[in-house]
Amino acid sequence: MSAADTPIDPLNPVMPDPSALPADSPEWRVKFPHVNYINAHYGIKSWLLTKDHKRIALLYLASVTVFFALGGAYAIAIRLELLTPPGDFVQAHTYNKLFTQHGIIMIFFFLIPSIPAVLGNFLVPLMIGAKDLAFPRINLLSWYIYIAGALFTIWALLNGGIDTGWTFYVPYSTSFSNTYVVVAGLGIFITGFSSILTGLNFIVTIHTMRAPGMTWFRLPLFIWSTYATSLIMVLGTPVIAITILLVALERLAHIGIFDPRLGGDPVLFQHMFWFYSHPAVYIMVLPSMGVVSEIVATFSRKNIFGYSFVAFSSLAIAIFGFLVWGHHMFTSSQSVYASMIFSFVSFAVAIPSAVKVFNWTATLYKGSISYDTPMLYALGFIGLFTMGGLTGLFLAALGMDVHLTDTYFIVAHFHYIMVGGALMGYMGGLHYWWPKITGRLYPEGWGRFSALVIFVGFNLTFFPLFLAGYMGMPRRYHAYAEEFQVLNVMSTAGASILGFGLLIPGIYFLWSMRYGKFAAPNPWPATGLEWRTLSPPPTENFASTPIVTWEAYEFRPIEEMEVIGPAPEQSSRPVPGLTTT
Amino acid sequence: MQIPLPKIDLPRLPFTPEQASTIAGHVDALYLYLILITLFFSILVVVLIFYFAVRYRRRTPDEIPPPVEGSLVLETVWTITPLLIAMTIFVWGASLYFALYRPPTDATEIFVVGKQWMWKFQHTEGLREINELHVPVGAKIKLTMTTEDVIHALAVPAFRIRADVVPGRYTYLWFEATKTGRFHLFCTEYCGTNHSGMNGWVVVQDPAEYQAWLSGGASESPAAQGEKLFQSLGCASCHKMDVQGRGPMLIGLYGKPQKLDNGQEVIADDAYIRESILDPQAKRVLGFGSVIAYIHSLAAPQGGGTANTAAPASGSTTTSGIAPDTQRSNPVGPTSPRTQRNTGGAMQPANANANTPRGTPPP
Amino acid sequence: MSAADIHLTDAEQHAATALQHHFDNMEQQRVAGTLGMWVFLITEIMFFGGLFTAYVLYRTLNAASFAAGSSGLNVKMGAANTVVLICSSLTMALAVFYAQTGSRRMQIIFLLVTWALGATFLVVKGFEYAEKFRDNHVPWLNFQWEGKMPPGASVPSIRMFYWIYFVMTGLHAFHMIIGLGMLGFLIYFAWRGRYTPEYHAPVELGGLYWHFVDIVWIFLFPLLYLLGANLTH
Repeated sequence: MSAADTPIDPLNPVMPDPSALPADSPEWRVKFPHVNYINAHYGIKSWLLTKDHKRIALLYLASVTVFFALGGAYAIAIRLELLTPPGDFVQAHTYNKLFTQHGIIMIFFFLIPSIPAVLGNFLVPLMIGAKDLAFPRINLLSWYIYIAGALFTIWALLNGGIDTGWTFYVPYSTSFSNTYVVVAGLGIFITGFSSILTGLNFIVTIHTMRAPGMTWFRLPLFIWSTYATSLIMVLGTPVIAITILLVALERLAHIGIFDPRLGGDPVLFQHMFWFYSHPAVYIMVLPSMGVVSEIVATFSRKNIFGYSFVAFSSLAIAIFGFLVWGHHMFTSSQSVYASMIFSFVSFAVAIPSAVKVFNWTATLYKGSISYDTPMLYALGFIGLFTMGGLTGLFLAALGMDVHLTDTYFIVAHFHYIMVGGALMGYMGGLHYWWPKITGRLYPEGWGRFSALVIFVGFNLTFFPLFLAGYMGMPRRYHAYAEEFQVLNVMSTAGASILGFGLLIPGIYFLWSMRYGKFAAPNPWPATGLEWRTLSPPPTENFASTPIVTWEAYEFRPIEEMEVIGPAPEQSSRPVPGLTTT
Repeated sequence: MQIPLPKIDLPRLPFTPEQASTIAGHVDALYLYLILITLFFSILVVVLIFYFAVRYRRRTPDEIPPPVEGSLVLETVWTITPLLIAMTIFVWGASLYFALYRPPTDATEIFVVGKQWMWKFQHTEGLREINELHVPVGAKIKLTMTTEDVIHALAVPAFRIRADVVPGRYTYLWFEATKTGRFHLFCTEYCGTNHSGMNGWVVVQDPAEYQAWLSGGASESPAAQGEKLFQSLGCASCHKMDVQGRGPMLIGLYGKPQKLDNGQEVIADDAYIRESILDPQAKRVLGFGSVIAYIHSLAAPQGGGTANTAAPASGSTTTSGIAPDTQRSNPVGPTSPRTQRNTGGAMQPANANANTPRGTPPP
Repeated sequence: MSAADIHLTDAEQHAATALQHHFDNMEQQRVAGTLGMWVFLITEIMFFGGLFTAYVLYRTLNAASFAAGSSGLNVKMGAANTVVLICSSLTMALAVFYAQTGSRRMQIIFLLVTWALGATFLVVKGFEYAEKFRDNHVPWLNFQWEGKMPPGASVPSIRMFYWIYFVMTGLHAFHMIIGLGMLGFLIYFAWRGRYTPEYHAPVELGGLYWHFVDIVWIFLFPLLYLLGANLTH
């Protein structure tokens, strides 16, 4: 290549100003010849058959974004219907499908794969100094399984949808609903295996593929939370798989396992369903906690206060999370003593979350705090998660839950955790690692602006629902009583702001992939291993296996943090023997 | 065991429903306690974050603050303190829960059947209502509930009560209204297309007014209806009233322990009686094995014909979802909830035998 | 390949081609594979665990019916199958042993014997299912019960026992079929001399899976077949 006359030192590339030199111009390619995972191979086949964890992460990114948009569209339709008390926008049957499909899409096809499969896939090998996940082919397989499950579910949606609620409570789902329960259930069943394989891959990778010197207590906290999440995926998901299988058999052939007319017990279904679906909440929020730990450390340039407490609290949440499923069933006629135990453990599981919040706050103390977009999302996460967690105490308190369960209080509570927690963490993480993923910077001003819009819109959408819930407004109501209208109008107004706020990053992320400024290897700067390779990283991640001699979050001047990129002579051509096909 | 609750006189908070039952004030008091805890911790966290974010903002681009070691004392404090606070909430919440779900023994019973998409109420005096429940103020009311089809949940926000209504079992709620007026009641477990239409009113009246309402539309009491069923279905030919017949005597049975032929003992409660009517062989009273053996010998050659005995029970669900027995008004409940799908609920013909023990006991 | 540049012994070179690019050495690759298989088996335990929970619940509620249903199963065939599977576990373990010690011939022989035993199991299972069909004990086809009716038993509960029987043994048989496919794969590569004392991880992992499937059966056999023993005497 003609790059030879003006070589750029890839160890410390000086970023030319793209305005002076048109990006993607031939001159640019000459000046910036580094081969990375994106430009190493071309063609649709090189993406669909890739075994590179970074490319698979991008495949996931594209697919979960599509599902997020779809789930968001359902949410908008729901909020429009709830603007006025009578059911005037859509029919009751349609409305029931809207909230069911909103739930199924957002939970099984967006929130569960979002951070683990997108950011986790991209970051786990980079953060621990490995070349790839332990089982690259299984990793690709898990994406195809996800897509296969998604196709089943989409087929069900296109052919008339499903109206059971995402909870599939029997006997409604097995004997009474006239919608595509089996097909949609099959989609979730299949997608579950994608989640199992991803979790399995992470567990094995974190156990066996850490770079020399990367001890367990030098791991970034994102790895700890991903590990805890993977435990839940591996232990919980098979149970929902068998449960859905039984629902399908019950519906098709009337086994009687859940049907009281045949001697079965409908409450058994709820036990089996929530045995997975409560821990699934932690699948959604634990990775976000990991992201927030990374962001808070980087943007206050401090080691995380009480590292080991934050690390072990993730494991504690994963373990206790399996013992609290019964708190979804306090009014379901389960024994009062069982309820008492579940309530007690639910209070216990709140403690590790509280410990995390206090430790993040303490990390800020005497830090050097900057207000970049990821940090705004992280601070927003802490505030909203605190609200979501504390309102969880209302629901864990037995006598209180009787009044609040199945009202909009529940809806508000879990949206504070799912949107205020999981989504904020995901958005913060996307912004934080965007320079690493794409090699480009997003526009910082727009980033901060949209973070604020999202924060305001979110609170306006969901805070009024707490009040509506305590006043007694039941959830999943197509038409509601007059007295709840004011709060619902506020919520719908907030939803439109939230929707608008979420569109902005969608636009500028796409824009930045072509027009954004080029990112240095370590733009913030941060301490993790992923920042010690080029942006975007080469296919093999590091030129040589990194040897870790420093503690987690040990901030040093940027000159001292060497880049372990490919050697200069290798940077302009594909590295032999490391092709992905 | 009823846990006595102290009297609480809490003014109505903004954005809360009316307090119209004895328990409502207690729930609101716990709510207030939880709000104060929430306010304290969220304000603490938010103020600290804002203070640190401003006080320790980055002043020069390359400054690196010295690392801070963790503090075991702080970690212990902020683990133990929330735990202790959480335990106070737990104890308070649990005691309320016990009060909510342990109906007092002297309560008046009302039977509730949920079905897609209406609530049916039946008073012990025989009156039936749909989507409206009349109760006297100041009286303890116990709701004995079941459903003909899917899971529903009955909630009255003004009373702060709620319980799921589950097919195949009975659930209970109780309350004592403290105010006259009309209060919303909702179905709050998603139950299908018209779930949001499955609501109504609890009408709390002065006792005198309530009596007048009662006498306005009196019909037969469930106990009287039940007696008719008992006679017409032939139960009475074996379960005789005065002398020991071929079946056990039912006088004085309710609520008493019964010796079974497998040596166990059961309390003859609602669930036992229902089970014995639907499935007489499940728990057999000591000394009646030969009768059942005889019934067996009858059942074998009849084959599919036994489906007839199941028919009255399933056919009666629309008219008498609550069938009484002779002792007092213990609901038998629906036996075969109707189904909407042709292929769905109905037993397959081949399973006629499976129906045999589910019908009314053969005479 | 850079491995070819350096002088290696035959065995080392052989092992090097089996080393995937993202692992540092064979040991790391082997440990990762083994751990992966164990984690996978844990997910399988959770999967069957859901069914075992349902079994325990309904067995507790309908003990008599489950005993009655169990008395309708063919204990002889079940016991024969148990013996077949235990033997297949032994032959599988021997196949792994000969893969470790590098005997290609014995390895192939024992893999083939294991395959044959697995197939025998499925054939016996097939006869059992046929018997159930003949006796009208298949719940979704034509369920009738003329068997033992101990006190407290009821036909719907017996029917549910047969459902649980078919779901559990059906899922187990499905795992057996996957196991046979996996054995075929191992036999093919063993035939081609792929497995050496340095590289035989697939045989070991296949062995782990096969033993797991056997162990599931060891639980299923008493739970399903032996419950009704007191009724048949």
